[in-house]
Amino acid sequence: MSPTSDTDASAPKYLRGKYAICGVGETTYRRGSEESTRNLATWAIGNAMADAGMTADDIDGMLDYSGNDSTFAPLVANDLGIRLNFYMDVHGGGSSTEALIGIAMGVIEAGMCKTVAIYRAMNGYSQVRIGGTGARSAVPIVGDQIHHRAYGWQSAGQMFAPTFLRHMYDYGTTPEQVAAVKVAHSKHASNNPKAYYKTRFTVEDVVNSRIICKPLHLLDCCVETDNATCIIVTRLDRARDCPNPPAVIQSVVGRCCKPRGDIHLHYQGGPISTVAGHYAREILFPNAGLGPEDIDVTGSYDAFTFTTMLQLEDYGFCKKGEGGDYVSNGTIELGGRRPNNTSGGHLCEGYTHGMNMVIENTRQLRGEVDDSCPVGPDGKKQHTYDYAEGGCRQVKGAEVTCNMGWAHPGTGSAMIMAKDAR
Amino acid sequence: MPIQGEYMGMMLTIDDVDKENREFFKYCAEGDFRLQKAKKSGLLRYPPTTACPWTGERDYDWVPVEGKGAVHSYAEVHHPIQPAFREKVPYMILVVDLDTQKGQPTEPEALRVAGNLVTPDGEFVPPETIKSVGIGTRVKMVFTKVIDGFAIPHWTIDEDAEQPATPWRYPQE
Repeated sequence: MSPTSDTDASAPKYLRGKYAICGVGETTYRRGSEESTRNLATWAIGNAMADAGMTADDIDGMLDYSGNDSTFAPLVANDLGIRLNFYMDVHGGGSSTEALIGIAMGVIEAGMCKTVAIYRAMNGYSQVRIGGTGARSAVPIVGDQIHHRAYGWQSAGQMFAPTFLRHMYDYGTTPEQVAAVKVAHSKHASNNPKAYYKTRFTVEDVVNSRIICKPLHLLDCCVETDNATCIIVTRLDRARDCPNPPAVIQSVVGRCCKPRGDIHLHYQGGPISTVAGHYAREILFPNAGLGPEDIDVTGSYDAFTFTTMLQLEDYGFCKKGEGGDYVSNGTIELGGRRPNNTSGGHLCEGYTHGMNMVIENTRQLRGEVDDSCPVGPDGKKQHTYDYAEGGCRQVKGAEVTCNMGWAHPGTGSAMIMAKDAR
Repeated sequence: MPIQGEYMGMMLTIDDVDKENREFFKYCAEGDFRLQKAKKSGLLRYPPTTACPWTGERDYDWVPVEGKGAVHSYAEVHHPIQPAFREKVPYMILVVDLDTQKGQPTEPEALRVAGNLVTPDGEFVPPETIKSVGIGTRVKMVFTKVIDGFAIPHWTIDEDAEQPATPWRYPQE
């Protein structure tokens, strides 16, 4: 019996199709923002409110997440003139975005508030570096942490590396196959005016870049940036009053775990070449009433090229062990069957702990991705669907999207969204 | 009093109330690798926990375990993150399947014990040695003293064991 087989997901009783993302916004993606996380947060939330056509009176809930590197909700809300009926500051990084969207749906359903703004504000380059150098390395090593940090086993790349290498050992996955993730995301970013890195890279560029921690080359690793991002969640009927078409939430999974999670993440359980998506998919797809074949666009967390590949595989977009082929055969590129991280994601657009992939898919479902295509007389983008460098990045006929957030190999979150069927 | 000692320039601390880690590292200081064994289920676990991960049972004994096994996977660091490791690159972190309880209680499980690849004397190994080690390499445990009553486990190549002809390594050297 699988650990999740007691989840009755056969009926649409899990708020399927009842909630939506009605507004998204972000700051610029920079290195060296020279601004506080508080200022970044108010900037991004203000942009999301404008996108949703909302004023301070329309927002009465707030959720945010951080690793003690950000500003808490009450200060940010006050700066924006928002009186909160609900807020919560959550500890954590990747995998928080979808989890917090689920929590927002729950608290609105419970009558605790009406509309929730979710934000992540971080100076991931200029203050608390996401790569782990600087402040994070200076934190005293206490208790359980001796079992890893005393071994020089601390950063995300170092902690995940045994998982990545074991996948290569178990399934014959090659460095060149996985490098194709960077190639795809860099192509997407080259069509995204707000991406931090807009340069296109080749497989050779990736595998010839210097080794950080085997199997990770420099170009297998995401970019560290300073930015804030915001997503506004409300009930579908309210979202329909907003200026932009709602991205309707079909199902959501929050911080779903493999068995035997511990200070080393997931190495006591097995197999270590399998990640949390193996379990999360048993909630994600039945609750949405959809399968991987129904998904048009994916957003698979790319802290590293490998994290994208492992999740796409374990969520079932290909057979177990065939992730290397899936990410290198053209499927995940714009113009392919199921493009992934069309904004360039964490590898190229900017590092947001998962938020920018959900923002991008919201825009994909609107048909309003912010590429360089011209704006027509109706004020809407006139997408060319020419994905050459500097061109379009709207996916033609994008109707259903899937986001897969990653905390670490043993914990992940996910969400399926669709165009409003009305 | 917390147990506290400097190791490679890093201050390591074990709090008073953290009795599981106090015991674990105290035995290491005696050259005695011990793990918690649940009294009823009889299952060993690593790293230290407050209850048996399979049964939730809180009662246990510290029992001696043979510090031998094979590399299940690894990390090979070339770009240091922590200042203490700046002079140590390249270095390896090994995740080792102990022979004891391997494949128990379910097939993909094992006691997977972490440590750096070091010489029998506990020094970080030269790059040539790193190139000889990969998935499948047989290793045995050695201990590095932090202060009196506090040591941490590491791994060294088991020269007495039969080694795989070519342990699996990441294809790019």
